[in-house]
Amino acid sequence: MTPTVPLREESMVKPASTAASRVRHWLSGLSTSGRVGLALVVLWLVLGAAGPLLAPYDVGAFVSPEVFDGMSAQHWLGSDYLGRDVLSRLLSGAQYTVGLALASALLASATGAGLALTATVCPRWVDEVISRFMDTLISIPSKVFALVLVAAFGSSLTLLLLIAAATYTPGAFRIARALAINLNQMDYVQVAYARGEGRLYIATAEIMPNMIHPVLADFGLRFVFIVLLLSGLSFLGLGVQPPNADLGSLVRENISGLGDGALAILAPAMAIATLTIGVNLLIDALPGRGRRITGGR
Amino acid sequence: MAHGSPRNRSGIAAAGRLILRRLGSALLTLLLVSLVVFTISALLPGDAAEETLGQSATPEAVAALRHQMGLDQPAHLRYVRWLGGMIKGDPGQSLVANMPVGQVIAGRLPNSLTLAGLTAAVAIPLALAIGLLSALYRDTGLDRALNLMTLGMVAVPEFLVATIAVLVFSVTLRWLPSITVVREGIGWAEMLRGYAMPVMTLACVTVAQMARMTRAAVIDQLSRPYVEMALLKGLSPSRVVLVHVLPNAVAPIVNAMALSLSYLLGGAVIVETIFNYPGIASLMVNAVTSRDMPLLQACAMIFCVAYLLLMLAADVCAILANPRLRGQ
Repeated sequence: MTPTVPLREESMVKPASTAASRVRHWLSGLSTSGRVGLALVVLWLVLGAAGPLLAPYDVGAFVSPEVFDGMSAQHWLGSDYLGRDVLSRLLSGAQYTVGLALASALLASATGAGLALTATVCPRWVDEVISRFMDTLISIPSKVFALVLVAAFGSSLTLLLLIAAATYTPGAFRIARALAINLNQMDYVQVAYARGEGRLYIATAEIMPNMIHPVLADFGLRFVFIVLLLSGLSFLGLGVQPPNADLGSLVRENISGLGDGALAILAPAMAIATLTIGVNLLIDALPGRGRRITGGR
Repeated sequence: MAHGSPRNRSGIAAAGRLILRRLGSALLTLLLVSLVVFTISALLPGDAAEETLGQSATPEAVAALRHQMGLDQPAHLRYVRWLGGMIKGDPGQSLVANMPVGQVIAGRLPNSLTLAGLTAAVAIPLALAIGLLSALYRDTGLDRALNLMTLGMVAVPEFLVATIAVLVFSVTLRWLPSITVVREGIGWAEMLRGYAMPVMTLACVTVAQMARMTRAAVIDQLSRPYVEMALLKGLSPSRVVLVHVLPNAVAPIVNAMALSLSYLLGGAVIVETIFNYPGIASLMVNAVTSRDMPLLQACAMIFCVAYLLLMLAADVCAILANPRLRGQ
């Protein structure tokens, strides 16, 4: 891992107008599948953020006399098992899925990276303790760990956020620690130690900026895992509880429409798939990461 | 392998010591895992006594039952007793089934093992084939297509694969039953039909993982100097991959297999529930819904043991397959 020059210095030298050209340059370096991934990610981020504003009907309103209705001009994605508008429910569900998973992945990655930096710059025994603890947690399969946590604490939205974050922190820690330990051996970090810099400075100013890109790619993966975990839990009825519904809950509540191949069940399922595949395609196309394994759920 | 006999023996001894150390480390991890599982489930606001008697119970009755169940003891004593019971194969009494947890699990465990075994039997050859093909034809159209396919399969939730499978094979084509019935004395054809969809769903995610890791492991070897040498000698690429690279990539591939098979554990949670399959994972989901803590703890520990066994198997294979690892 060669230390890269922090992007900040570059942008200080050149005027701000180059930011747009750098984005263009970055886009042109992206493969076709990467661009498709980026488009899907942006689409779902926008829908997740603006969902309720775009929804044609109220989330809980019974608007159609027909249940499991097909596509129509009034109801683009038909109606669900109670005659509610699927598109409106999908947009609201996307908000829960994307919002919860984003917050949760952010928490997991930040905690993982923070602990990894702590383990790297602190005395050896701190590293031993944290690593041993994280190795223990990683030995509990993530869905099993989440199930135990849900059984013990319940599944309110805040708890789900914390549970998903706790489940994927050990993995984030493992990746970040490997990066940080490598960087810690670099000459420029050793020089910083020799200068007598404090641990906090070395962690945040010397190591952190140089591991931010792989950590961001890992953040994307955590996001995918958490989307899959949360929608899986909701599908089992153990995740987001009614009247709230994320995409997994929508699949669950409309399961009786499976026999008719109802849009009400296919639309949310495809929504989850396009979101997670989009993020995976984007990460897969990122430069430097190349075609590294996108796994670990 | 041009080892002299004494050197060989010392190599085996070194490998044995290494394996023993891994075993010890796995046992320590298991102990810590049990502590974590117990701590989380003992943090409950209510306890089993209140849960059993319901809200209308008098405080005296709850206290009496709590005493009877040993819940009034300090947490560390309860942990030691629980762990002792777990080791002896008696993890307590299931609150909902009102049966010993061991008995409940004994009825389910063989089913889960059958499902996992069948899935592995389907997934491993398929994943090896996909992984090797895409490594062999790397950076061609075939590789890119396979990469997109496995990437998509990794990212898709199990319940989507399962619901689409049900839609296609049970509803539209009417080939397969949508729930898996397990009972004594059903014929082979019946059993295969019942297992087809759960195995297919579980294999989907596992194959994708395994194929990607196999490809990465083989390609890692392909960048080594000895491969260049073999190619310069004029050997065909497929011969280089099959004869030269594969033996060297066995350890990482087996490692990848073990890792991917551990995803099967998580996938089983969803798949067993969807197909109403009477295994450990659906038992655990039921335990969560009914807050049956003794049962939940036992199921969680079984999954952790399975995970650690897979990791241990991967480590042992890696040690045995690579003579250089023995020296470390």
